[in-house]
Amino acid sequence: MDYFVQQVINGLQLGFVYALIALGYTMVYGIVRLINFAHGDVFMVGAFIGLYTIERFQWPLAAVFVSAVVGCTVLAVLIEQLAYRPLRHAPKIASLITAIGVSLFLEYFTSLRQVFGPHFYSFPRPFPVVSWNWHGILVTNIQAVIFLVTTLCVLLLQFIVFRTKMGRAMRAVSFDYVTAGLMGVNVNMVISFTFGLGAALAGVGGVLYGIAYPQVNTFMGFMPGLKAFTAAVLGGIGNIPGAVLGALIMGQSETMVSAYLSSTYRDGIAFVILILVLLWKPTGILGTSRTEKV
Amino acid sequence: MLLCIENINVYYGNIQALHDVSLTVAKGEIVSLIGANGAGKSTILKAVSGILTPRSGRILLADKDLVGVSPHRIVRMGVSLVPEGRGIFANMTVRDNLEMGAFTRNSREEIEKSVAEVFSLFPQLRERASQSAGTLSGGEQQMLAIGRAMVAKPDVVLLDEPSMGLSPLLVRDIFLLIREINRAGTTILLVEQNAFMALSVAHRAYVLETGAIALTGIASELRQNAKVRAAYLGDVAE
Repeated sequence: MDYFVQQVINGLQLGFVYALIALGYTMVYGIVRLINFAHGDVFMVGAFIGLYTIERFQWPLAAVFVSAVVGCTVLAVLIEQLAYRPLRHAPKIASLITAIGVSLFLEYFTSLRQVFGPHFYSFPRPFPVVSWNWHGILVTNIQAVIFLVTTLCVLLLQFIVFRTKMGRAMRAVSFDYVTAGLMGVNVNMVISFTFGLGAALAGVGGVLYGIAYPQVNTFMGFMPGLKAFTAAVLGGIGNIPGAVLGALIMGQSETMVSAYLSSTYRDGIAFVILILVLLWKPTGILGTSRTEKV
Repeated sequence: MLLCIENINVYYGNIQALHDVSLTVAKGEIVSLIGANGAGKSTILKAVSGILTPRSGRILLADKDLVGVSPHRIVRMGVSLVPEGRGIFANMTVRDNLEMGAFTRNSREEIEKSVAEVFSLFPQLRERASQSAGTLSGGEQQMLAIGRAMVAKPDVVLLDEPSMGLSPLLVRDIFLLIREINRAGTTILLVEQNAFMALSVAHRAYVLETGAIALTGIASELRQNAKVRAAYLGDVAE
């Protein structure tokens, strides 16, 4: 039983990090109907910004998060404006292929010696690790930080989307961008903002991931990116609470599979889930298929 | 003239939808555009609101050219479109839809005042303020769409087929309302299939045929015009 509870906690840790990535996937999809495959690599850049600000500059943790957020936001807005915006009215497949191209570019460009470099780098611990033993169940302060920061981010996101003018504009654009424009919404600006917001969360996720799994390289975004994408599909792509729910399920299933079957299958389970969802409920758990009302 | 369209040519891809269309709307007027399906009525409204860009010609709003200006800027310049099919944000509440209408405005106090005005004009909307707009009936959605445009405090409202899909009784209500909004000082350019209603409410009207203006005049006179009666008002030729 203790073992099981311990695994649940480990799964939560992973799920929360996936959630931060999945939110960006789902928001961008919700607003421009694009699977932004470069999103996992933005997450990687966040992790490297964390690495440099902690190791080289020894900044306090808050400043580390802020710089990852700023760096990733600027990067994503640039990607959106340079790579995706010119294709806004092109067939969807063009943007999708471009997204894969951007992803590969980020992975290989940053692995140049002059950028981040091609090796695995150990991610410094920004604070000494403390673990609490509660009836045989271990909880670390890293996990506490992850739970806390992720929860704050999700609440903040929820506030932005449902309580601010910008959030209302995002929901309007996501529903019908032509009509949103007729309300005076600058649609391009809202799209850039959404990319930036998703990337900001991925940046936070990158730093947290580095703290929790302290080894980074420029290809580290690939797998978590795919899993977060699966999480977003599982929860219902375009749906914000769905992305969090999907990510938590992904985190649990991956951890449980490693704990009770074999860690060899941990990546496999993600894709089994993806295939099953696409076969049986392509709209995901909380997603609804949109019916056109004439 | 408040709105002055000069010789616009609009294309969908390679297909020309409007041929040298010119029309004017004076401040305080209701001007109707009537014509058959596909004559290009909605296209004119889409060109004015910036959704479509004419290949040539000018669209002047109080001497400022709107051609090439993006839709969100045109709204800020004082032109609101109530699109065909209403364009309600069904995923949002009635209240949020109205807030979207006020997107270009900043004073909280004045927005509240405008929203209150819409609610007093349409008491049903007040009752359903926190309800999802997708659950409203067709008539209520149309009222919401008009109310949402009014919250922007536009100088000109472009109405695209406000009677579409509504029962005859509701159609009457909508037209009474259009008149009321106009009396309160808003200029209206109205596109309608229902030519009888469109000509009853308007000061002037234009008849559109296959993308070009075929006829224009005072609305009450057009109602007596034999050609108009035969083609649009369902008169049987005697």
